[in-house]
Order: sequence, then C-alpha cells, then structure tokens
Amino acid sequence: MNAYLPYVMCIVLFCLGVYAVLAKRNIIKILIGLCIAEYAVNLFLILVAYRVGGRSPIFSSTDVILPDVMVDPLPQALVLTAIVIGLATTAFLVAIAMRLHDRFGTYDITKIRELRG
Amino acid sequence: MISSSTIPLFMAIPLGGAFLCALLGKRVKSAADGIGIMAVVGVFMLSIFSVITLQATDGGRLTTAIGNWQAPYGIQLVLDSFTSFMLVTVNLIAFLVMIYSISYMTRYTDKWKFHTLFLLMLAGMNGVVITGDLFNLFVFLEVASIASYALVAFGTGKNELEAAFKYAVMGSMGSLLILLGIGFLYSYTSTLNMADMAERLQLLGDSRITLTAMVMFLMGFGLKAAMVPFHAWLPDAHPSAPAPISAMLSGVLIKALGIYAICRLLFNVFGMAPQVSSLLMVFAAVSMAVGAVLALKQWDMKRLLAYSSISQVGYILLGIGIGTPLALLGALFHLFNHAVFKSLLFLDSGAVEYATGTRDLRKMGGLSSRLPITSGSTLIASASVAGIPPFAGFWSKLIIILAAVQAGYWFYAAWAVVISVITLAYVMKITRYGFLGRIKKQLEVIVEVPAFMRIALVALALICLLGGLLLLPGVREGFLGQASDVLSRGVVTLSEVVR
Repeated sequence: MNAYLPYVMCIVLFCLGVYAVLAKRNIIKILIGLCIAEYAVNLFLILVAYRVGGRSPIFSSTDVILPDVMVDPLPQALVLTAIVIGLATTAFLVAIAMRLHDRFGTYDITKIRELRG
Repeated sequence: MISSSTIPLFMAIPLGGAFLCALLGKRVKSAADGIGIMAVVGVFMLSIFSVITLQATDGGRLTTAIGNWQAPYGIQLVLDSFTSFMLVTVNLIAFLVMIYSISYMTRYTDKWKFHTLFLLMLAGMNGVVITGDLFNLFVFLEVASIASYALVAFGTGKNELEAAFKYAVMGSMGSLLILLGIGFLYSYTSTLNMADMAERLQLLGDSRITLTAMVMFLMGFGLKAAMVPFHAWLPDAHPSAPAPISAMLSGVLIKALGIYAICRLLFNVFGMAPQVSSLLMVFAAVSMAVGAVLALKQWDMKRLLAYSSISQVGYILLGIGIGTPLALLGALFHLFNHAVFKSLLFLDSGAVEYATGTRDLRKMGGLSSRLPITSGSTLIASASVAGIPPFAGFWSKLIIILAAVQAGYWFYAAWAVVISVITLAYVMKITRYGFLGRIKKQLEVIVEVPAFMRIALVALALICLLGGLLLLPGVREGFLGQASDVLSRGVVTLSEVVR
C-alpha cells in the first residue's frame, strides 16, 4: 500500500482540481483549480521517474551504466516543457478573466451567460 | 522535390512567418498580409510536393531525426501518406482562408496580431500531423490550441470573451487528460516514439494501463474533436470567432488535433480493438444525432453551422469506428470534404455578415439577388453538406453508408441515412430564410463582397463541385487510397519506420 500512496495522493490532487473547475462559480477559483490539476499531472510524471535512493544520471560513468540506481531524467524534461505550456495557458486565462471583469463587472460565472441554445 | 531534410520546413515556415509578422507588422502596415500569404503559399506548395514525392518513395515514408538524435531516443518526424493527406487538407484551407481574410480582417484593428496567431496555429497543426513522437504531438497540440483560444477571443466583445474562456478551460482540461495518458503510456513502455511504443505494446500485450491511456486519449482528443458528450465548447467558440477563424476551427483544427490524433493512436500505435471501435461508433451515432437536431432549432447562421460540424464529425468517426478499408477511405474523404464545405459555409456566413451586418437568419431573406456569388457558393456547399449528387459530400457519405452495410452494421447505415435527411432540413433552413424569397427593404442597398473574398469563395465552391473526381481510379489510389492504407495496415513498428 505504501508504494502506491504517492500515486493515490496525486490522483486525489487531480480530482480536487477538477472539482474546483466544475463546482466553483468564481472565475479565479476555476483558474486555481485548473492549476492544481495541472500540477497533479506534472507531479504524476515526476513520480513515474522517481526511484528511491536513486541519483542523477550524469554521475554515472560512461563505462559502467547502472540504470537501476538512476532517476529517469526524461519525464523531468517533459515536466519542464509542460510547466511552460501551463504558464502560457494560465497567463492567457488570467488576461481573459480581467477582460471579462471589465465587460461584465463580475467574476461570477453564473452571471456571465449570454451564449446559450 | 522534397527530401527528408525539408520536412521541418512545414513547421519552420509558419513559425518564422509568425515571428516576422510580430516583428514588422506593427510598423509596416502591409507587411503582415504579404508575410502571411507567402508563408501559407509556401507550406501549401510543399504539401502538394510531399504527396507527389511519396508516390515515388518506396515504403511510402520519409523520416527525419531532429538534431540527428536517432529514433527512438530523439524526436522523429515522419511523413507518410496519411500525414501528407492531412497536410494538403490543412494547408489548402489555410491558403484560401488567408486570401479571404485580407479583405475580411480590415473590419478589425491590429491585423498583424491576427496573422501572427493564425500562423502559429498553422504551425501547431502541421506539427501535430507530422511528428512521430507522442510528447512532441502534445506540445504542438498546445501551440495550436493556445493560438486558437486567443483567436476566438480576437473580437474582445462580451460573447467572444465568454466563449474563449469556456473553450480555454475545457481545452486545457482535455490537454491535461492527454498528458496524463502520455504519462501512463511512458511508464508502461518507457518510450515516447510512437512507432517504438507500438512495437513494445505488441510485446507487452494488453493491460489495464493501455486501456486507461486509451480512455484518457479518447476523452482528451475527443474533446478537441468536439465529439458528443465533450462538445459543449464548440457551439460557443466557433460562432464567436471572426469568420476566417471559424472556418479554420471547424474546417481543420478539430480534425488535425482531434480526429487525426485519435486515428493515428488507435490504428498505428494501439492497434484497433473491437471494444474501442464499437465505443467509437456509439459516440459517433450520438454526435450525429445531437448535432443535427440541435442545428435545426438555431437561428444564428454560424451557430447552426457549428452544430452541423458536430454532426458531420460524427460521420467521420463512424467511418473510423467501422474500420474496414472502404470505411476508412470514406471517413478520410468525408474529412476532406467537410474541411472544404464547412469552411466555405463559414466564409459565406462571414461574407453575409460583412455585407448585411447580421448573422440572424430571421433578419435576412432574398439575399441571392444582391449577393450572387455568396449565395451561389452557399447553395453549392449546402448541397454538398446535405449529400446531394454530384457534389463531393454525396460520394463520401455514400461510401460510409455502403461500408456500414458491407460490414453488417445495418443499424448504423440506416441511422446515417436518417441523419442526412435532418441535415438536408437544416441546410434548407439557411437557403430558404437567408437567400431565397423577397429581399427586405433595408437590405436593398447591400453590395457583393470584395474581390479577395470572392476568389476564396469561388475556389472552395469549385472544390466542392469537383471533389468527387478524387474517387476516379488512378487519382483515388494516389491520394485517398494511400492515406487510408496507412491506417488499415494497422500497427506501424519502428523497424518499418527506420530503414
């Protein structure tokens, strides 16, 4: 059970984020929920690569490669990219949220409802 | 004409164009148009060449390794027939839309921002279809998605912002699911190269992890493809965008990001499983019905067309779900046709809005006397959507229905026929209320749209009219046949890709 606990917590975090996106009425809280879900996914990728007692791969010599004690560096590179993408999305959404507040004078998503049908 | 070293140009040209637009566009007013057109013409020519070159390449595949890191370690770009089919579709529509938007976008300020975002979106779409690496696919998908979120909000009115917010939140959620799926697959196969992954999945056999990843991808890419029940963003986002962008979103974005990725992963990486294909067919049938029925009650022309897109995507997914070679041919042909006729219809709605200032069908009427080219091209596109012979849409629907009958799915075949009757009803609504009848007094002063817009409309209408010729023997094998062969041959392993 102990070995799975980080993964379970990670999924719980993801679900918390999704819950915030679905249930919250304030635009900013929805954004925060989205960020939480995003961090959960990033955390998941890091967990996939993590190895207890592992070390970084650049410390192994080129003669003897010991994959058993290395932490997989690739997901960390992926997470770096994913964080940058997340930054772009968040920045865009915050800009939209500010413009929405200018137009509607509220952050309440239930009052911003002109499109329907 | 095109070799493996020129493959990165498909992304490099639009990216460079976007950079130049952002750099020069603000200072030199006419630069943005010129750069945009040149970049789009460049990639369009390249994609035509890629089809011709692939005929002469044995194995039907060109690959290149980015930074000379050989597969499976580095990012690999793979140009096969399915990719080049998608490239032609995407870049053809982008080219005509770009010509159209020279005149149309004068309604808006800051045209250069539009061109920058447009080219970024194009680079993203080309990247998605050309890459052979799963994480690279995700990155390009995000490039295209974020550019499209911004383009939906381009007008910065109330509706645009609301739609863009909804689209961006749902789109990001979809992207997160895709990333999660990639994480699952990576932990299972320890590779990101799609061909290598396919090979290892064959060795490892099915497990719950592949099933989980498949479900994640179906949700994520299904959201991008606006498959019911993940469609809620589309009817808001597509009508709110400027008309050229609606045409791009409905015409090619949902296909390059959604349908292409689903096809590529299901057929060439996972190998099509029967339970997934039946699931896909159920989703497709629901999409077809929901889209068509909701389209019937719309009065906003663009909103009607957006719902129609959901319904037509259902047809494409049905063909993919059936999965026989004939059905795949039909699905890809319908994908091409839908890209053409739906972008034409959205451009027409833009032309009507340009001339009359309204999108509400109740306020139009009798426009055919004042806007002959717009109404003529709308009629042709409508006939193609509804599946009236000899227009291209008829042939692709016929193939899908025939394939359903051939594979023994009588219910789905009958369903497709019933939905195409509803389709006829809603396109009749556009022509009846919009273009036929007596013209209203206040609309008598309107004039036909500028020349650049007319060129794009006429060109797309001609493709609608002549699209059926793609099925002629000789033409069919070279373009559609090879593309659907890539899918119907199933899993592609690394040893096939690298030789």
